[in-house]
Amino acid sequence: MNNIDTFDTATLWLALPEIFLLSAIVVVLLLDLFLTKPFKQVTYYLTQLSLLITAILAFNLIGEPKSILFGNAFILDDMASVFKIFMAGSTMVALVYTRHYLTEHKLFRGEYFVLVLLAMLGMMVMVSGYSLLTLYLGLEILSLSLYALIAIARERAGAVEAALKYFVLGAIASGLLLYGMSMIYGISGSINISDIATFSANATLASREMLILNFGLVFLVIGIAFKLGAVPFHMWVPDVYQGAPTSVTMFLSTAPKIAAVAMLIRILVEGMGAMHAYWSDLLMVLALLSIALGSVVALMQTNIKRMLAYSTISHIGFILLGFVTGVISGYGAAVFYVLVYILMSLAAFGMIILFNKQGFEADKISDFKGLSKHSPWFALMMLVIMLSMAGVPPFIGFYAKLFILQQVVSAGFISIAVIVVVFAVISAYYYLQVIKSMYFESSDKAMTTTATMDVKLILSINAVLILMVGIFPDFWIKLALSLF
Amino acid sequence: MNSEQTIFYILSFWFIASSLAMIFARNAAKAVLFLVLGFFSAAGIWILLEAEFLAITLILVYVGAVMVLFLFVIKMLNIDKSTLRAKFAGYLPLGLIVALIIIAEMTLVLGGAQFGLEVMPSPAKHGADYSNITVLAMQLYTTYVYPFELAAVVLLIAIIAAITLVHKKEATYKKQNISEQVNVRAKDRVRLVSIASPPKEKK
Repeated sequence: MNNIDTFDTATLWLALPEIFLLSAIVVVLLLDLFLTKPFKQVTYYLTQLSLLITAILAFNLIGEPKSILFGNAFILDDMASVFKIFMAGSTMVALVYTRHYLTEHKLFRGEYFVLVLLAMLGMMVMVSGYSLLTLYLGLEILSLSLYALIAIARERAGAVEAALKYFVLGAIASGLLLYGMSMIYGISGSINISDIATFSANATLASREMLILNFGLVFLVIGIAFKLGAVPFHMWVPDVYQGAPTSVTMFLSTAPKIAAVAMLIRILVEGMGAMHAYWSDLLMVLALLSIALGSVVALMQTNIKRMLAYSTISHIGFILLGFVTGVISGYGAAVFYVLVYILMSLAAFGMIILFNKQGFEADKISDFKGLSKHSPWFALMMLVIMLSMAGVPPFIGFYAKLFILQQVVSAGFISIAVIVVVFAVISAYYYLQVIKSMYFESSDKAMTTTATMDVKLILSINAVLILMVGIFPDFWIKLALSLF
Repeated sequence: MNSEQTIFYILSFWFIASSLAMIFARNAAKAVLFLVLGFFSAAGIWILLEAEFLAITLILVYVGAVMVLFLFVIKMLNIDKSTLRAKFAGYLPLGLIVALIIIAEMTLVLGGAQFGLEVMPSPAKHGADYSNITVLAMQLYTTYVYPFELAAVVLLIAIIAAITLVHKKEATYKKQNISEQVNVRAKDRVRLVSIASPPKEKK
């Protein structure tokens, strides 16, 4: 009974974004109950407003000195604040598309937005987690909301199947993660990231302690790899991406990736940075397998959502490769890659949602046939997105890949870099295939869009950003590097 | 071997045995009952660890509420056992290999050499006046207040998700409109129809 922390309310404001978001969730949830049908849109606008305010609150906390509160369970540093802003921003963009999708497919329900906000809260907890317990709880908040979001289209057999698969595999991954955490706790005697860091950095560790640390580490890496969808723990990714409603797929493939990378940074880099030699080998295998499988299997896909799922797997491989290098600039490159990936992924899924109509999902590659004739502007946008994903200069995807490869080469893994480049070239084929069917094939069936102006505008800005940031990448690269 | 160790081994044996029996049980209801036994044994081990409150909670919440609910669900669902068995047999060889490898690796790592009493002394016992619940409460609302709140959020999500996925609008439920019932007038409910009486038959 002696080690009770005094609870200091004066530091509470450092967690203001989280506190505000949770209050906003409760308000939106209750308000939605009393809104009659013509006013249902209010829920959407309130959700956007809460996300905006959360982002502003997080922005205000940039530059605060690194502080750890709530009994060493919560950390506020620049990385947490910047990640929170990007997650809120990408969720806001995703919600613009989501509204169009939900109204077209008659899935518009207030609970959808509440669940998105709850997932956002879970991600913020993960990003700011400084003990294994809070990281795990954040992950569970995120995962539970995502399971429900996928199953929200319960009339579709594909969505229910995807939700069930994701749920079962997610539960196994959580179990593995918890098992690894229990091992780390068992040997180091603490669930605190800083305590674990001091323990694992201790040079006089007995070999039995090292063994248990390693044992726990393997389970932690597997758990994180499951959540990221790295090969060989990727089985759920294609099915979930294809089966889930496209708006959920879009959300799933964007902000949660930042949260998963943040968790990786907190646990592996900050908590077990001293054991880098052990976990970098594991990540290397995961990264290479992901890039190889993601690049090759995507060639056979005819469904564009499934193709993007495999493309995600290979992008995750690149991100993991940044952590293999073990230097700060390598971690910075990985963070830069995540942010770039999110920008591209939002645009790519936005493109699919744009052409969604009641009873029609534009999710076949053949649906995009002859798009350049029917709507040349959006065909051009898709061209930009696909070229950027393939890593063609001057688009931003090129710099992300280049930056990672630079770090990999300077860390001395030249053969790895060569293999990765070969697979990147192979993967260019399937991105170009989409461009080919847009520009060089014709179709009588013109895809038209019923989307409102905001969707078109956001999509265009997004695609232009891919080009603009590609031409002036300095700010983003500096931002990513400044986080460590 | 002192009495505490004997109790520990008995409980552990039943814990492992009932867990195995649960996995291999052919009947889902039996599997649930084996799980109940497993929970009881785990609760016993927790009492040995002086975590009385957790042990009682495990029995009250999991055995008393969750598992009973499970039994009801299993009895209500008509689970086709034969298809389940067929899938199970198909995956058995691969699953067995993976399980054996994991067991072998875990026994190599988690043996007495790593967690034995020589390297990790057993924690000191508390006196009779020690209250597990007091300590738990003190910690829960001070040091662990943040995780505690987050756990509450998890529960909130569970509620929202469950209702979202199960609730169907209009289709399944009928509700009373009380103001309509109160304001009802006789002419809304009773319709007077004048029917021409048939001519009387002459006798």
